[in-house]
Amino acid sequence: MNQYEVTFIVDPVLSGDEINATAQSYVDHLQAEKCKIVHVDEMGLKQLAYPINRKTTGVYYCVEFTCESGVVIEKLELAFRRDERIMRFLSVRLDKYGVKYNEDKRNGLIGKVQEKKKKVAKEVRKEVKREKKEAKKEVKQEVKQEQKEVKKDLKQEPAQAKAATVATETATAEEE
Amino acid sequence: MPSRDDIKFLSNPKIGQRNKKYCRFRKYGIKHIDYKDPDFLKQFINEQGKILPRRITGNSLKYQKKVATAVKRARHLAMLPYVADLLK
Repeated sequence: MNQYEVTFIVDPVLSGDEINATAQSYVDHLQAEKCKIVHVDEMGLKQLAYPINRKTTGVYYCVEFTCESGVVIEKLELAFRRDERIMRFLSVRLDKYGVKYNEDKRNGLIGKVQEKKKKVAKEVRKEVKREKKEAKKEVKQEVKQEQKEVKKDLKQEPAQAKAATVATETATAEEE
Repeated sequence: MPSRDDIKFLSNPKIGQRNKKYCRFRKYGIKHIDYKDPDFLKQFINEQGKILPRRITGNSLKYQKKVATAVKRARHLAMLPYVADLLK
């Protein structure tokens, strides 16, 4: 019994149902060939690193399955080649470490742990930065407010004077 | 006479004492390299998307080969670019 992993990219131009249907059709195809599906991973819409058929995004799917012989793979790949909806595909036989890795990944032991550590570190750093920024901002705001108040005082005097002149003008206009 | 603390070095005295390179896969017991994880594989390619040599990454031969195949698979699936400029 070998364990295989087939990753393929589906054309994103299709509607959501069609994309699901194409992926499901290949899962059914495998099941018809007496393969045991271990896991179907929908990796979702992703940005491609380079354009394929003038498309910059693709919907990634990864199907993991076990079967007795690799004859299935040839049939599957032929089907992939004939299908216009599939942009790329890659089938790989997993060794025992690969099988274990994928299991761990499904259980959330891989990737997330590293990310968490990194994220925690990042968040701590960000918080420190934020605090620093806020402290700076507060200082700045205080300074600004003080300046504004000073300016306002300066402005208010001429503004009041102007208002007075306008009022007198309107009054004169009404009189006329 | 200036005391020892007053001496200022013109160059950093720690230059030349580089940490020894090591194979991270051996050290941390990573047995499988996933080609579907482009963020991890980006550690082993340069700005142009070329695979870094062993003398820079410090990988052991066994894992350098696995890294190389993983990067090539990722390129085929458009997770990493074949050619790039300013990747990082």
